[in-house]
Amino acid sequence: MDLFAFIKPKNELERSDETDVKKPYVPDEMWEKCPECGTLLLTTDVEENCQVCSKCNHHFRINARKRIELTVDRDSFVEMDAELESENIIDFPGYEEKLEKSKKISKEKESVICGTCKIGGAEVVIVSMNSEFMMGSMGSVTGDKITRAFEYATDKKLPIIVFTVSGGARMQEGIISLMQMAKTSGAVKRHSDAGLLYITVLTDPTSGGVTASFAMEGDIILAEPKALIAFAGPRVIEQTIRQKLPRDFQTAEFVQNKGFVDRVVDRRQMRQTLSDLLRIHNYGEAEI
Amino acid sequence: MSAYEKVLAARDTKKLTSADYIHAMFGESFIELHGDRNYADDKAVIGGVGMLNEMPVTVIGLEKGRNTMERMERNFGAAHPEGYRKALRLMKQAEKFHRPVLCFVDTSGAFCGIGAEERGQGHAIATNLMEMMALKTPVLSIFIGEGGSGGAIALAVADEVWMMENAVYSVISPEGCASILWKDSSKAPEAAEALKMTAQDLFKLGVVERILREPVQGDQKMFESLKLLICRTFEKNLAVDGERLAELRYQRFRKIGKVK
Ligand SMILES: [Zn+2]
Repeated sequence: MDLFAFIKPKNELERSDETDVKKPYVPDEMWEKCPECGTLLLTTDVEENCQVCSKCNHHFRINARKRIELTVDRDSFVEMDAELESENIIDFPGYEEKLEKSKKISKEKESVICGTCKIGGAEVVIVSMNSEFMMGSMGSVTGDKITRAFEYATDKKLPIIVFTVSGGARMQEGIISLMQMAKTSGAVKRHSDAGLLYITVLTDPTSGGVTASFAMEGDIILAEPKALIAFAGPRVIEQTIRQKLPRDFQTAEFVQNKGFVDRVVDRRQMRQTLSDLLRIHNYGEAEI
Repeated sequence: MSAYEKVLAARDTKKLTSADYIHAMFGESFIELHGDRNYADDKAVIGGVGMLNEMPVTVIGLEKGRNTMERMERNFGAAHPEGYRKALRLMKQAEKFHRPVLCFVDTSGAFCGIGAEERGQGHAIATNLMEMMALKTPVLSIFIGEGGSGGAIALAVADEVWMMENAVYSVISPEGCASILWKDSSKAPEAAEALKMTAQDLFKLGVVERILREPVQGDQKMFESLKLLICRTFEKNLAVDGERLAELRYQRFRKIGKVK
């Protein structure tokens, strides 16, 4: 596979308006520098280590497809609603251009990929958000795809796993993007009321309207180490209260300590953890 | 009026607040109930029970305060997680006793601060969205001034959403939008236009059911006719089975911005 496919878009992303959090790193051909500890790492080693720095355990950002590849049983992923694309529903200036650019950068049509797959043999609906597409912002197609994924899971009595990464609502869709918070939450509620398992995995960064809707509605909420998890981003808070924020504020570990994340899980253990949790909830081979 | 002039009108401190509406419509019958039973009583949210004509109603409002002292005390209507949790507690109580829920929305947004984050602002809003969608009792939300993003929708997952003619409702403030997209907050008037955030624009988008003429302080006749309108809507929805009502509420949101 193309080892650099996930890198190039990040450089592009540096110029997009929505990137808020950590600066992307600049890779050489074969090497990448860990943005956390500065160690030069062999790209192939990073790839083999689930895109985690072998020195300091920094979790590199990965795109939605890579996430699915690292999580699901080999060749088990079947995508749903892949054809859906956003339109400029409120005629927001410059939105079409923005969408075109994001499509080119991410090679995807939207900020989320949904589908069915198997994890440790258990059939699961999986939703994977994409930071490379407008920083994972939630537009109406994002919300609709996620809602459909929950409705499908409810209908087929399947558990669902959602990997979140998002800068929040997509302002180019105005109020319609805000409405996605209610819509997705309603779909989560119905899935929950049907007695089905919903696991969220919060990855860096998860913020705004996504944090204030389905990201925080899982039966079990996992997070990747050091991921930024926030309602309001650190810059907004600093501007509001005019105070410097504590160093580890809004990291996954901090949020776990405050009681809003069940467990911080290293990416290299994620697949096993998910598989174990599914088994404990009686999903898996035996049932099929 | 331009979109941005409406934004400024919606923020006008001389405008009626939730407390004014509650006082004018519930009068002496309003009994305020405090606290989220977990952390504190958030004064940015007023909640309680009272009689709307002959009908027992739970009423909840985001309250900005009517003078400088009140505004400080009420954090200018920017609620903390405990405010949203208080609101949900009262809604659940209303469901138990089969009372309709009336929400007044007027906020620049949920508070952005250290304590708010530490106590789970995102979680509090998310829980309201999820639980309000399934409430088996009628819910009506009326926007009386500013409807700022997540902090507003946390009280607006309703059977119907109504707006005062000069109220606004948006995913982001026009200033915030302009400074993020165009690196220039002075372009807020353009952003206000582009965001389609006035009551009239939102009505066209199918996000609100009704635009209301704004009552004037002291004009009791206007409040009486608003009361009548609310009571009629509640009567109609009280006749609908609770499960069905929740289903209709889900479909209401399901179809907004629907993708083919
Ligand atoms: Zn490192």
